[in-house]
Amino acid sequence: MEIKQTAIAGTLESSDIQIMLSKGQSGIQIDLESDVKKQFGDQINAVITETLKKFGIDHVKVKALDKGALDCVIKARTIAAAQRALKTADQPAWEVL
Amino acid sequence: MKNSVGRKLPDDLMKQLNYEGFKSTEIGKPQVQRVAPKVHVSTGDDKLVDSIEDVVKKTVKDGMTISFHHHFRNGDFVFNKVMRVIIDQGIKNLTLAPSSLTGVMNDIVIEAIKKGTITNITSSGMRGSLGDFVSHGGLKNPVIFRSHGNRARAIEHGDIKIDVAFLGVPNADKLGNANGMQGDAVFGSLGYALMDAQYADNVVLLTDNIMPYPNTPASIKQTQVDYVVKVDKVGDPDKIGSGATRFTKDPKELKIAAMVNDVIVHSPYFKDGFSFQTGSGGAALAVTRYLRQAMIDNQIKASFALGGITKPTTDLLEEGLVRRVMDVQDFDKGAAASMHTNPNQQEIDASWYADPDNKGAMVDQLDIVILSALEIDTDFNVNVMTGSDGVIRGAVGGHQDAATAKLTIISAPLVRGRIATVVPKVTTNVTPGDSVDVLVTEYGIAINPKRKDLQKAFANLPGVPVYTIEELQQMAEKKVGKPKPLEFTDRTVALVEYRDGSIIDAINEVKD
Repeated sequence: MEIKQTAIAGTLESSDIQIMLSKGQSGIQIDLESDVKKQFGDQINAVITETLKKFGIDHVKVKALDKGALDCVIKARTIAAAQRALKTADQPAWEVL
Repeated sequence: MKNSVGRKLPDDLMKQLNYEGFKSTEIGKPQVQRVAPKVHVSTGDDKLVDSIEDVVKKTVKDGMTISFHHHFRNGDFVFNKVMRVIIDQGIKNLTLAPSSLTGVMNDIVIEAIKKGTITNITSSGMRGSLGDFVSHGGLKNPVIFRSHGNRARAIEHGDIKIDVAFLGVPNADKLGNANGMQGDAVFGSLGYALMDAQYADNVVLLTDNIMPYPNTPASIKQTQVDYVVKVDKVGDPDKIGSGATRFTKDPKELKIAAMVNDVIVHSPYFKDGFSFQTGSGGAALAVTRYLRQAMIDNQIKASFALGGITKPTTDLLEEGLVRRVMDVQDFDKGAAASMHTNPNQQEIDASWYADPDNKGAMVDQLDIVILSALEIDTDFNVNVMTGSDGVIRGAVGGHQDAATAKLTIISAPLVRGRIATVVPKVTTNVTPGDSVDVLVTEYGIAINPKRKDLQKAFANLPGVPVYTIEELQQMAEKKVGKPKPLEFTDRTVALVEYRDGSIIDAINEVKD
């Protein structure tokens, strides 16, 4: 799937994560900022990548500002950002959930 | 080598610094020899000077040990004023031995390390940029972390030999009679500084408030003081401690506090004449409020409250629910003011408070203590020193000392953000699990399996679910996931002493 517009989801509150998706050419490129990057950076990247792949997104730039979010939150914010970026927010992709 | 809590310690450093590994929380009954300071005899007529430069020139030489207290906390002006002069005079190879280091001291300590002014540090703790600097290998020699009681012990033993103590006070007369209660920048108890005043070879007071001679009450006495320096301002009153204590509204903290209170009230120690110590965190303050009600309801009064004192505790003193407050430091203005006005609030020095090598310290008489934790592991060992990234960001404080209480309660949330508090193994072992009895989280409590009596006492408390600590650890891990192990280099940047002077853990340089 093609990113149609830059889109954002999530806040900078603690235990949240803000995901911004914009057009990219070379795979899923994640730029992650997180206080827990040392311990959970790989896991956070894995959750974002896996969720984006379920939408069929193969090329995208991801800016992720993590404030200690749990996996379920990361997944939810990524789904929201993806649907906004794909302009499909009015048709929730239930199968991805 | 490994010590008795399974911590790997650096052989070369242990040998070089003549250290032994931690064995046991039992102090036993050894006979110890204390040291005495040098006395520069004087009638006292020429102590008053108005130049830090002159005093530093007269007292501080390369290779010496200098000390400060941290009672001004983040309102401290004295540390920066004195360190500026010491750096500018080109003095080298000093050992810095303050009672602790607060955030306002960080920048100038880093500068002093970079310029070779400071080459060794011993402290209760460090935070922020300095902790980061040390954890990234900024200081060649390892920092030695000591608890407040252990610092007193080390000074009395001569392990810390203070050449010059620079002690800021909100008032003093021209001979050096001083207290922490009168003036602009008041902080109440001078507890930690009293050790320096008693044992340093040179004692320099700095004050912005010269009182008529003789100044009383004198916590620091003219018989201990070599110089009194008049400075503009010793501190910022608004940054010494919070003005009014605000009670937490955080539902998680309140739930933990209520559960801590249930544990206390149903313990065998909650009876007339009991004693307690609480910290200054949100949950600890809320505990004091719950405890007040429980004491009224059960018509129980406490014999004493101990340690770092807050307004909620001095309120209990006013109400007659606590008979004495034994005060080594004050965390807020209310507590500091109360020490001035209430004769039942006794100033105690760090030795009286918590020194293990003593003819009885207050902590030895303590029934119940509530302490915090950055991490606690399945052996009940507690870390209050390094963060989840392995970087130094805490202080031993009185943690190890107060944990010798008959009932030691650790209150902590199960997880903070994505970081588990209950872990398989703590990053840094500060307080050994042997001295910890109960962990209280918002989900329930875990009781040290060694305390069969407490397991029985807390078995069927409504609203207080009992888990094993392994269950709590797994609950935390299920929520946040399994973290990737932290990476450290082989280089030791700090050693943590247990209160008896043995080494309980080493902190290594972080890899990143």
